[in-house]
Amino acid sequence: MPVPTVELRFTALPAHVRTARLVAVSLARRAGVADDLLDEVRLAVGEAATRAVSRHRTSCPAEPVLLRLTDTGDHFTAEVVDVARDPSPAAAPPALALATLAETAEQAHPDADLDESLPPGVDLAVIGGLVEDVQVAAGPGGCTVLMAWPTSAGR
Amino acid sequence: MDLSLETRTEGDRTVIEVGGEVDVYTAPTLREQIIALVEAGQYHLVVDMERVEFLDSTGLGVLVGGLKRVRAHDGSLALVCTQERILKIFRITGLTKVFPIHGSVADAVAATG
Repeated sequence: MPVPTVELRFTALPAHVRTARLVAVSLARRAGVADDLLDEVRLAVGEAATRAVSRHRTSCPAEPVLLRLTDTGDHFTAEVVDVARDPSPAAAPPALALATLAETAEQAHPDADLDESLPPGVDLAVIGGLVEDVQVAAGPGGCTVLMAWPTSAGR
Repeated sequence: MDLSLETRTEGDRTVIEVGGEVDVYTAPTLREQIIALVEAGQYHLVVDMERVEFLDSTGLGVLVGGLKRVRAHDGSLALVCTQERILKIFRITGLTKVFPIHGSVADAVAATG
């Protein structure tokens, strides 16, 4: 089991998501992730951290979110861990989430729902569309999103 | 870098020039700006994203919400974006089919609808 390079624990506030992105990109660069993948790291870690913050704010706002960044040698991994106790069933499959998003965006009639919250699952669909190597482990006591990118040592 | 917003009028369009990072923390500011414009009767919006450095799904949600608001008044919301790293999230989410995306503000203003 590789030792985490850096662990960042932050209060579940939107303002801290940017910090999570900055730290992740900085360490990914140091670990040797290719420059053209750094934007993916930035966006994917941002989406996962935003999702965790949102889940904590609903379920356990006092609990911090954990970002664990590890340089395994041939890979750089970012793990976003939330402890939100989520009684709802698993999020919609990515394809369904994106179809719902496009559908709601097309609603044009004056009494259209102006709710701007995205359909559930869009965050994970974006991560899945960006990152080839991603695992989502959801349980009653929280959810972990583990993403990995190759480093120069692993290519 | 924080979010920056500047608005100006070009013909019958209102151009919102967005700069910096649009994420879960800053997106509410963009949403308030769009709502204020719609409430002031500006229903044809061009969102210039050429100086945007980061955009996540929260930012997309605000743009989708803006589109719904202007369409409720038979308006339009067009985007100006040529940056690949920003266009990527529109492609992944299929929203390239929902938003008209132009290469310049001039093109967006010249386009009808």
